[in-house]
Amino acid sequence: MIQTTPKVRPRRRIRLSLRDERVRGWIWQIVVVGIAVAVVAWLWSNAIHNLSVRRIATGFAFLGREAGMPITDTWLPYSPRDTYLRAFIVGLVNTLRVAVIGIVLATVLGTAIGIARLSSNWLLSRLAAVYVETLRDIPLLLQLLFWYVLMQGLPGARAAWTPIDGVFLSNRGLMLPWIQIGAAQLWVLAALATGLVALFVVRRRLVLRQMQDGRSRRVWPFALLLVVVLPALVSWSLGATWSVTKPELRGFNFAGGLTMAPEYFALLIALVTYTSAFIAEIVRSGIQAVPRGQWDAALALGLRRSFVLQQIVLPQALRVVIPPMTSQYLNLTKNSSLAVAIGYQDIVSVANTTLNQTGQAIESIALIMLAFLTVSLGISLFMNWYNARIALVEH
Amino acid sequence: MSSAVDAPRNSRSFARSASGSGPGVRLLRWLRANLFASIPSTITTLLLALLLARMLFGFVKWGVLDAIWTVPGNDTSACRALRGTGACWAVIPEKYRFILFGTYPFDEQWRPALATLVFILLFYLSSRRSLWRRELLFIWAGALVLVGVLMWGGVLGLSFVSQDRWGGLPVTLILATFGLAFGFPLGIVVALGRRSKLPAIRSICILYVELVRGVPLISLLFMASVMFPLFMPDGVNIDKLLRAQIAIVLYAGAYLAEVIRGGLQAVPRGQHEAADALGLSYWRKHRLIILPQAIRHVIPPLVNTFIAFFKDTSLVLIIGIFDLLTTAKTAIIDPAWQSFSVEVYVFVALIYFAFCFAMSRYSRHLETRGQAVW
Repeated sequence: MIQTTPKVRPRRRIRLSLRDERVRGWIWQIVVVGIAVAVVAWLWSNAIHNLSVRRIATGFAFLGREAGMPITDTWLPYSPRDTYLRAFIVGLVNTLRVAVIGIVLATVLGTAIGIARLSSNWLLSRLAAVYVETLRDIPLLLQLLFWYVLMQGLPGARAAWTPIDGVFLSNRGLMLPWIQIGAAQLWVLAALATGLVALFVVRRRLVLRQMQDGRSRRVWPFALLLVVVLPALVSWSLGATWSVTKPELRGFNFAGGLTMAPEYFALLIALVTYTSAFIAEIVRSGIQAVPRGQWDAALALGLRRSFVLQQIVLPQALRVVIPPMTSQYLNLTKNSSLAVAIGYQDIVSVANTTLNQTGQAIESIALIMLAFLTVSLGISLFMNWYNARIALVEH
Repeated sequence: MSSAVDAPRNSRSFARSASGSGPGVRLLRWLRANLFASIPSTITTLLLALLLARMLFGFVKWGVLDAIWTVPGNDTSACRALRGTGACWAVIPEKYRFILFGTYPFDEQWRPALATLVFILLFYLSSRRSLWRRELLFIWAGALVLVGVLMWGGVLGLSFVSQDRWGGLPVTLILATFGLAFGFPLGIVVALGRRSKLPAIRSICILYVELVRGVPLISLLFMASVMFPLFMPDGVNIDKLLRAQIAIVLYAGAYLAEVIRGGLQAVPRGQHEAADALGLSYWRKHRLIILPQAIRHVIPPLVNTFIAFFKDTSLVLIIGIFDLLTTAKTAIIDPAWQSFSVEVYVFVALIYFAFCFAMSRYSRHLETRGQAVW
């Protein structure tokens, strides 16, 4: 991308060689494109031939047929009587469920460990270094199998391990107390979300006005109003009740509360711990990339250390951190496909079962690739937008 | 957490520079500065020390004190009685030959062992800066041929061993190393193509790189194991290991292309202009001037990429190829040893860790020390 001056350079040469270079360029392109097209056409004709010999229909018509594949751990309602298309959507939602929650948890854990590595406390920084080094140098699949074996080795539901009342860890997975959510509760949550967005807008307004006249304005009354009073009012007017259900042992399994299946839990732990090690390194190098003079200048102004870290160092570190962080988020999402190794039914696992049941290999793999390309593109676009938003505006 | 942060004012360096008046005083001063500098720091230290002691004690009790190291014959009842409280390391001496070399003929297993040593020697030689010359190419070619001869045999009086009997550590090393050896030239070509002024070539390269990087490796491996046979004409039957190897080469090529592109961008524009002024052709310019500089720039990220491949080869487990992780998982299918997977996984994790840790240490050494030499 550096050489962009084709018009200046050829002046010294004679016309024939200029034309020669262009012609050579055209010949190269025609040859390469020709080879690529020929290879693809050859592979395609072989595939058509092989498929007709094996009597496999091409196309996506199979998506409308009944899947007959059981998927136990889902968010969307699903039964084996549903179509393959439905099974794929359920699988995709399962992928997103582990990827989104994994990204959030890995960011929190990774940032904490990255900061811990820079701690002045020797023991803390050493332990963080050992954590990072160990997790980074062992294959994720091995870690995943390891966590899964540990989950299976836990006691049964009747002898479940209970660290806090209402939380049960057994070979049936992790059971947590959970709020029952109905229509009224959803409205309250929507009010909370609206309040948060409104608070964000109000805060920006206040900062803009402070920039004009230099007087600082209080944010907390707005915060109280929008985030606490508004949802409370909605809750009161709808008469929503907030009952927490605890999981209870019934027969051989638990009922009520929130259940994380062992497969999901093992996959989530493996993805979060593995990715957090990489994120910790990114956060550490991001903080170290902020010049020391920034700390010195801020401290010389008499600002508190926590204020300096939050308002001066972290925002600058964030700019360095965003691009590598994006690729870690993409990695986590792609790595969630390892779910197939322990039987968590994400999109890869669903596609694999479909492929074995119907023989539609090309279509199933194309669907996996399409799904991941879409998700990757979505994450990239979002992070690029965020990166552009926080970038320094240079004059 | 933020109270413990003290990034720029690194008190360790203060402690070192201060003149101590005796080892005891210096130790106390060090402890004071690094473990008990403030009340939050002291609390952190004590809590962590408590946690660490508990974990270490639990691990030592499980892995050493209560562990069983040998059992008579295949009788694992003693191990079973201890399940959950003590480790059964007896599974390792029983199964290590299978874990390391898979189903390779037992009496011939010195050959994969020797091949593993060849790989380690190859990595060592590649790490010597004095050998970063064209001769290294011949060393690589020679080593890869030697590995092929050792593993396949059929010449020099060695009996032939077909590759569906290969397994374990050599397969992991083969997948990663051949992936690098073939993915690297592919990566160079694609990186040059991505920077080409010719739009058709540039778009093909961008399409390839972004497509491969946008999907998980598993989908490429599925393609290799399920779709590849569909794309071949009748009668052409490529071995499963080779198909996985091709998928890994294509995967490696895309990632290496991006690493090399970074190096190409770091070469100053004056180098291009000077080479053009000398009248060098495109290929001679890149071979003699640009690529040698670009590749030297990216050796640390290349090592990191190689570490990633080395770990990623374990994914071939999902399509049933006998690499180190698959042999480990298969070793514990044996009913007598079924419930000791944790021990086997720890053993295999140590092997992976040894390789990756050595390489990441080396890469960090290059990053911190290497700059001045170039």
